[in-house]
Amino acid sequence: MSAPVAARPRRRRPAWLPYVPYLIPGAVAFVVVIGYPLVTNVYISLFSWRGGLAPLSWVGLGNYVELWHDTAFWTSFENSLAMIVAMVVVPTLIGLVLAAVLFDYLGRRFGSRVAAVLRATYYLPQILPVAVAGVLWNWILNAQTGALNVILRGVGLDSPPNWLGDPSTALPSVMLVLIWVQIGYPVVIFMAALQRVDPELYEAAELDGAGWWRRFRAITMPQIRPETFVVTLTCTVAALKVFGPIYVLTRGGPESSTLVPSYYSYLNFFDKSRVGYGAAVATVLTIVIIVVAAVILALQARAERREEAGA
Amino acid sequence: MAAITQETPAPAPVAPAPPRRSRPGARHRRGAARWFVLAGAVVVGLAVLAPFVIMVLNAVKSPAEYSQNGPLSLPTELYFDGVVSFWQRVDFPTKLWNSFFISAIVAVVGAGLSLLNAYAIGIGRIKGRLWIVMLFLLANMLPQEALIYPLFDMARQVGLSNSQWSVIIIFTVIQSAFGTYLLASVLGTFPPALLEAAALDGAGRWRILWQVVFPIVRPTLAVLVIFFFIWTWNEFFIPLVMLTSNDTQTIPIALASLQGDRMMDAPTTNAGSLISLLPALIFFLIFQRTLTRGVTAGAVK
Repeated sequence: MSAPVAARPRRRRPAWLPYVPYLIPGAVAFVVVIGYPLVTNVYISLFSWRGGLAPLSWVGLGNYVELWHDTAFWTSFENSLAMIVAMVVVPTLIGLVLAAVLFDYLGRRFGSRVAAVLRATYYLPQILPVAVAGVLWNWILNAQTGALNVILRGVGLDSPPNWLGDPSTALPSVMLVLIWVQIGYPVVIFMAALQRVDPELYEAAELDGAGWWRRFRAITMPQIRPETFVVTLTCTVAALKVFGPIYVLTRGGPESSTLVPSYYSYLNFFDKSRVGYGAAVATVLTIVIIVVAAVILALQARAERREEAGA
Repeated sequence: MAAITQETPAPAPVAPAPPRRSRPGARHRRGAARWFVLAGAVVVGLAVLAPFVIMVLNAVKSPAEYSQNGPLSLPTELYFDGVVSFWQRVDFPTKLWNSFFISAIVAVVGAGLSLLNAYAIGIGRIKGRLWIVMLFLLANMLPQEALIYPLFDMARQVGLSNSQWSVIIIFTVIQSAFGTYLLASVLGTFPPALLEAAALDGAGRWRILWQVVFPIVRPTLAVLVIFFFIWTWNEFFIPLVMLTSNDTQTIPIALASLQGDRMMDAPTTNAGSLISLLPALIFFLIFQRTLTRGVTAGAVK
């Protein structure tokens, strides 16, 4: 008993300790650029402040109480739901079908080259700066000189809609642009995922007489569930954070019909000089994002556990 | 951060279609249904391409021709005034250099910082590493609005307002948060035999990092560098707030700030969009092969 103990070094330093210096630059940078600003932002949200050198005056939770009664604030989060439809729900559903069709149907019947070219086409909007895409679309949808309305007038439509300028069409127009931007991302992820799936599963199902749709439901969808969660998580967070397209397409207008939380907070920070109020909007948005992400991660963990139990 | 994983329009799909037995293959090649499916997929592709086509057509079409023949006609003669006026108006070479300078430094330093963090977390297995990784992942999800005003204020206090260095520092940290998350899980599975062998040869931790770990994770690091570069290049919100003058701004900000300007007629808008997206497109085409190799790395942990 005593011999092995004596053989060990006397002071037992944990093995990880010498690695701590490697984390120091990252930790310092993290605290300075993310930790401290995040905490400061919450602190600012408890004040009324015009920014810069103006004095801060304590209002406690006053900004949050005001948010509760602020219709623009609620509108911005309602519009976030529309952003989720446009950036998560529609692209994921269409992307799933497109990926399966490209990989499993067209790829096999016309060769993988055809599938690769189509995939590249769908992905094209993803590689360009989203602000540039927004400027292009802003012009296409312009009521007077935009390409779309010039075409519509050309085919005899006398008064085509003012797509981005009319409160009833602005939000659907923005959503369409976002679907266009987003569609390639799930296609690419799902096609990579499908390459993991054992082709023998499909062959066995095919021999059993299962049609394409049955195979899609019974094999494809369960097999690529991990990727579906990743796409859902990343796109939902992106949809809640969306700023650039709104800034270049509509600036939240007309009549707040396309206002989103990030733009509302920007507006308060830099346009209305209501810094404390803007900080409160940003804080609420942060909490919403964390809660939504946590829910998605928990659902994923549960699905994985259930799958393990089932298998 | 719309796209966590950038991918490639590569001619080389990651894996060829699985080999099929010949009989069902022959059966697949019959029937008209496949042509309808192909037509449907092509129509979706054309819908995605349409804005690009319209942009290219009208970037080199004179305003007179645009009002006469509309956006869909082929330009009868090439009109370069739009390109020239955008180029001069925003001083495009300056903007191009600004975008490149910021993105390149962020990409390289961000990847380096990710490697240091991941070395401590994945190989050093320091205590509380799960929480640290969670924290980095969380940082990646934060809305930039929740950081921007304090950052804006801090930059002013240290004399970095309207400085590209403030943007560089901020994005280096934000990008490395994702890089740390990714690399830490890669290094978590690093073969311990290699590390032990190096330690037996008397290599210290610093030498092991650069002579054993670095060469092996270099492909992943290369992918990170490219991702960071493209993401930073495409960023909008933080550069919009931090870079307030013409000589510091990046390409997307320059294009967006011309919006609503009276000189922005159809050719100028389209030429501006076209010129602004070309660098991203060219960069992407150059590096698509590197991306193909590492693309799935970011998709699933």
